[in-house]
Amino acid sequence: MPRGADVVSVVWLCVLAVGLATIATKASGPVLAAGRELPQSTARVVDLLAPSVLAALVATQAFASDERLLLDERAAGLLAAGAAIVLRAPMLIVVLVAASTAALLRAVS
Amino acid sequence: MTEGSYRDGIRAILPLVPAILAFGASFGVLARAAGIDALAAVVMSATTFAGSAQFAVVSVLGAGGTAAAAIGAAVLLNGRYVPMAVAASGAFRGGPLRRLLEAQLLVDESWALSSREGRFDRNVLVGAGALLYVCWNAGTAVGVLAGDSLTDPATLGLDAAFPALFLALLAPLLRHRSTHLAAALLGAAIALALTPITPAGVPVIAATAACLVGLTS
Repeated sequence: MPRGADVVSVVWLCVLAVGLATIATKASGPVLAAGRELPQSTARVVDLLAPSVLAALVATQAFASDERLLLDERAAGLLAAGAAIVLRAPMLIVVLVAASTAALLRAVS
Repeated sequence: MTEGSYRDGIRAILPLVPAILAFGASFGVLARAAGIDALAAVVMSATTFAGSAQFAVVSVLGAGGTAAAAIGAAVLLNGRYVPMAVAASGAFRGGPLRRLLEAQLLVDESWALSSREGRFDRNVLVGAGALLYVCWNAGTAVGVLAGDSLTDPATLGLDAAFPALFLALLAPLLRHRSTHLAAALLGAAIALALTPITPAGVPVIAATAACLVGLTS
């Protein structure tokens, strides 16, 4: 088989497998736990899932690049966003402040 | 607690629309550059709808990696959606098929926006997720068509928009609540400590263990 056909089939294998895996991953809880309320004992733990995951996303999206820790313009953007949050700026302003800080620093460096 | 509407979800996610469009487009551009045909890239955005996993597949294949490596990286990156979807499962309604379809709108941003005191607002999740889905797929289509003529989102600082959004969603959870603060600090510490020593995706999955501090207090 020509190499071009191999590449195409590898791509489609990935598209199908990753698509199915993602659909199953997202649907597993909502389909299997169908409408059942979580028991009271786990409610406290689930309540803490949001801060745990959000903090991990902040940390990895600001300071990780592939499998390395990296201090770059995103960190400056996050710092500026933190200041905007302390000043109780609305979400749109927080996001704009972070993006424009990173963009400005990249433009001058 | 009053229940939100679809409109609440759409309004909440609006500030992120330019960034999602730009990253959808950059996925399309990178997919074409990695030798993935336009149709496959568009189908992937429509069926997978998980940015980090899609970028991982493109970068593994673009570097000449195997299908197994690409699929493995994507599964690891999406692993965090298992605990996140379990936590939100009480919000979904209807039969299995409807729940399966609505759950596809669960991504980091829609999940975080719909989180209220350990419960999840279905309408906010679906409203925000649906707009994100449209933007992500529209962006991908633009990217595969326009190709290299587009500006790199990083030039516009759009990669800094995502951690800022997550910080803005995190901050109100922490006010006057020491257990939430402890979970957040522990989650961030786990994620940063594991970043250099584990494959991408594992740090955030492992950080979900930080919610177990709820058992101690």
